[in-house]
Amino acid sequence: MADPMKIRATLVGDSTEVKVLMQHEMETGQRKDAQGKTIPAWFIQTVTATWNGKTVLTAQWGTSVAKNPFLAFKFKGGAKGDRIQITWVDNHGDKRSDEATIA
Amino acid sequence: MDESRRQALRTGGGLTLLALLAAAGWLRPGDAAAEGWNTGAFESHSLDDTVKALGGSAPAQSKDIVFVATPDIAENGAVVPIGITSNIPKTESIAILIEKNPNMLSAVFDIPAGTDPALSTRVKMAQTSNVYALVKADGKYYVASKEIKVTLGGCGG
Repeated sequence: MADPMKIRATLVGDSTEVKVLMQHEMETGQRKDAQGKTIPAWFIQTVTATWNGKTVLTAQWGTSVAKNPFLAFKFKGGAKGDRIQITWVDNHGDKRSDEATIA
Repeated sequence: MDESRRQALRTGGGLTLLALLAAAGWLRPGDAAAEGWNTGAFESHSLDDTVKALGGSAPAQSKDIVFVATPDIAENGAVVPIGITSNIPKTESIAILIEKNPNMLSAVFDIPAGTDPALSTRVKMAQTSNVYALVKADGKYYVASKEIKVTLGGCGG
């Protein structure tokens, strides 16, 4: 199981600003190890963000998203204490969901 | 009389190779892409092919797509911050494409109504290249580009 994400959700006016820092290798499949063997690709493919169960952002990622990916976005609405959930799925089928409350 | 043994060896060898390939991630039978992941688009090597794989055609140049907090020169290609804001009404999705990466498409974001068509993330760049922001709005595709110079590539080994 991968390490937890850091999620920060802040109320700015009538919008909620969400910043996420995920822990993932995001291996490209282009690099070679010391023996010259290709290191297989290992990366997050889909990301879903929900606010109180409603989807506020979905993303598909390729191998060129940076290691330990960062993502920031904003949506209208939200109140202090509302729950933000972020889920990712990688190309190994591994999955991780984390939650944060809007501050 | 050795023929069957050879046959068996050959078949066996072939299977092993397949298994190795599968283990190395070249063939991905089971985990072939998470649900909703557009394999075709992510394997494209040109802007037109990518747009086609995403279901559009010939994007129009647009000045309403703005790169925010995106550097002109990135010191480290492994971590290049990219911020994109679309001022086109009814923006449905934003994609980031990097022209000279092995696979052009980096990320596609679907923006439901209520979410600002503005986001930022970090990408890897192999070398100095044009970065395209592809926006789908009201069923049409628009594009803007910016050259980012990379002093140290992010995809080498």
